[in-house]
Amino acid sequence: MLPGPLPGLVLTWQVDGLSTFFALVIVSISTVTGVYALGHGRHHGSFPGSGALYVLFVAAMLGVVVAGDAFTFLIAWETMSLVSFALVLTEHRRKEVRRAAWIYIVMTHTATAFIVSAFLLLARVSGSLLFADWTAHASAVDGGIASLVFVLGLVGFGTKAGMIPLHIWLPQAHPVAPAHVSALMSGVMIKLGIYGLVRLSFDWLAPGPAWWGSLILGLGAASAVLGVLYALMEHDLKRLLAYHSVENIGIILMGLGGAILARALGSGAVVALALSAALFHVANHATFKALLFMGAGAVESAAGTRDLERLGGLLRRMPFTALTFLVGSAAISALPPLNGFASEWLTFQSLLHLGRVAEEAQTALLPLLAGGALALTGALAVACFVKAFGVSFLALPRTSQAAAAREVGAFELVAMATLALACVALGLAAVPVVTAIGSLVPAAMLPLDGPALGLVAPSGGRLVLPGIAIALPAFGALALLVPRLLGPVRTRVAETWACGVSLQPVHTYTAMAFAKPIRLMFRDIVRPVRDVGVVHRTGTRFVASVHYRSHIAPIFERYVYQAMTDRLVATARVVRRLQNGSLQTYLAYLFAALLVALVLAR
Amino acid sequence: MTDALTTAGLALVQLVVLIAIAPGVNGFIKRSKAILQGRHGPPLLQPYFDLFKLLRKDAVVSEHASVVFRWAPAVYAAAFAIAALLLPVLWAPAPLARWGDALVLVGLFALARFALALAGLDTGSAFGGMGSSREVAVAALAEPAILLSLFAVAWRSGGTDLSGMSAWLQTHGATVLAPSQLLAAGALMIAVIAETGRVPADNPDTHLELTMIHEGMLLEYSGRPLGILIWASLLKQTVLFALLIALFFPFGVASSAMEFPLALGAMALKLGALGLVMSLIESSSAKLRILKVPELLGAASALAVLALVAEVVVG
Repeated sequence: MLPGPLPGLVLTWQVDGLSTFFALVIVSISTVTGVYALGHGRHHGSFPGSGALYVLFVAAMLGVVVAGDAFTFLIAWETMSLVSFALVLTEHRRKEVRRAAWIYIVMTHTATAFIVSAFLLLARVSGSLLFADWTAHASAVDGGIASLVFVLGLVGFGTKAGMIPLHIWLPQAHPVAPAHVSALMSGVMIKLGIYGLVRLSFDWLAPGPAWWGSLILGLGAASAVLGVLYALMEHDLKRLLAYHSVENIGIILMGLGGAILARALGSGAVVALALSAALFHVANHATFKALLFMGAGAVESAAGTRDLERLGGLLRRMPFTALTFLVGSAAISALPPLNGFASEWLTFQSLLHLGRVAEEAQTALLPLLAGGALALTGALAVACFVKAFGVSFLALPRTSQAAAAREVGAFELVAMATLALACVALGLAAVPVVTAIGSLVPAAMLPLDGPALGLVAPSGGRLVLPGIAIALPAFGALALLVPRLLGPVRTRVAETWACGVSLQPVHTYTAMAFAKPIRLMFRDIVRPVRDVGVVHRTGTRFVASVHYRSHIAPIFERYVYQAMTDRLVATARVVRRLQNGSLQTYLAYLFAALLVALVLAR
Repeated sequence: MTDALTTAGLALVQLVVLIAIAPGVNGFIKRSKAILQGRHGPPLLQPYFDLFKLLRKDAVVSEHASVVFRWAPAVYAAAFAIAALLLPVLWAPAPLARWGDALVLVGLFALARFALALAGLDTGSAFGGMGSSREVAVAALAEPAILLSLFAVAWRSGGTDLSGMSAWLQTHGATVLAPSQLLAAGALMIAVIAETGRVPADNPDTHLELTMIHEGMLLEYSGRPLGILIWASLLKQTVLFALLIALFFPFGVASSAMEFPLALGAMALKLGALGLVMSLIESSSAKLRILKVPELLGAASALAVLALVAEVVVG
């Protein structure tokens, strides 16, 4: 216990394995993004005091994970939200930035209201604000109250995490912040929602009914699939990455929901497997998402735009950025031998084993079907990052700015290279990392295969990423070298075949065209809207201009949030009749209130 | 040490055999398709002649191509070479069974797709982009079907270890005809058709620009790199066939080096039978419009879900 900043205010801190893990993620990622900010912030996204705010943001996030009581937690939580709000507003002169920040602050405060309600209920049951007391009284919480606390916490923390349908602030707020802030928000801050959910469901509440886990599992699957689908429809590089955060939060929630479900079913081994999967993916996603956001920032500062359709050919102009972005793309697409594959592998294994330990068929089927959703997510993520990398870095530059792009400075390159190496290292060192996570979190450790370098699932499945990492280049070299036994051949450089005309930048495939088959295949979900207009020259049938626009209907914004705010505004109109502006009426209100108070206090 | 050497030897033999027969499997399918369609067809060894010719030819590379284009064939080939060693084709357990399971196999396929789809975009050719775009879209729909049918088999046998899944079926021979097994086999079969670029999802014989998927991505390749890519995609086809065989009809696999000739014969017979089925399907159906492919693959996913339900509920 430490004396607080104000007299009578005492802040308590508590550090355990879970805090340590999240603190490690926060510190390591924010150090790297800090190095990036040294270079990137010189040209973009700095204002007097932005450095101090950045440090305060990191400190507040650290405060959240080491807070020992509800009060300290909420102070840190609100500081984190408000400081990040200020950082999102860096370019506050642009209208869309102000709008995005507004949506963010409204959503995050609504979330805090839910968290406060959950905290008040827990404090009432345990008679204390200390987290340690809540843990001690976990089993004293009555079943109905526990479920209420769980749902309130799920809404509150789920909003911060960006879980669908509470995600709408995320793709708005993350892209408009400077790259190093987006990297921290997407890579680290939203993970604190996951931290809250883990605390809530494993520390503060006793094992609950199976539907808690199933609910999170279902919401996770929905977030994963819809997140990646919306990402595919985006052509703004940073918005695309923001939607991928929704997707990856979904994958983490699938692991977390699996762990909660396994806890309800009383299977300790599967709890350990699923929780390690979720936490490992937290660390992995923090690494590659921060890397990709920094890469997007580098692209934006070099080419002056984040619009994929205006980029192209950047690989030749900024080869180091391209290489690190490629590593990040492969990692987030869950390709072996990188880290994203290791944690998704663990998630698949936990879903399968969850299906095996469940006794009732309906409980068993949900995790197995969630495995199908995860497979769909993985394949769509591959599609999305082929699009993101291919359209921006390969082929020809589509604009003169893209053609004039130059490699970014040393600070940015060092930061991106560090995280790219971390993506490789976390994959190769999956076993020690997962073991360490297993020893940090309260649940039991993963069964490991003696001295081997491989992850082993409870009944047989294996993953030895170092082996694959050695075999891939070895076999690749053989594939190129063995044909040389047939004799030397020459390689001639020529134009790309473009049906007889010389290839122009407009001939190259666009992001919009690339995503078209998927947009059509999933049209019932993403609801594309197409708008083609032909303008004729006056009095003739000659076409003067054609415009083509295509966008997707914002389902959640329109049918969930618009409907909600419309109702809210309608209610406010009714309530407004009370406020008629006449002094007499207000005096009457005062009198009535006084009477009621006197009657009650009688 | 001797253990590691034996494993390396078994791995080498299995890899060389699979690489060597991959063009033959395709030649066999082409020939049987031709006979079914009343044509004479190319000789069985034609794919080998084509490949050796390509491997000796000079290459023309686009001026816009980057390192991605140059390295993609190596990544593509290496991914399937590792995949070939994860499967119990000639030996049980598979040579690299200790390195990876069914999920690693799926991951390696994704890696290969990622590399080739990027190469398709790299030269700036619209055909390449179109091929890449369609390839990733079709694969996105095939992947849930593949994974759900793998889950259906793994749920019963206990885990995702491919050799374990295969061995479980061998010891429970009658399960071959269990409803869940048949449903999962149907689902995986459809997914394999899509992944190998066969009718009705794609047409392996076409070079018509607007309809091709796999060929579109290869369009800018020529000479030796093209030869490597074609051979690798033939290996991919053989690996996918071997996956179907290992999961649903794993009989005749060798447990010691002595049984090698027997295992080789069994493998050839099983691959031939599967090739005949493929040529029957290709001869009796027409290529679907690209926008109809989701329905086919959706049906595959539905079959796989039914397999899971049959497995979990009926047991």
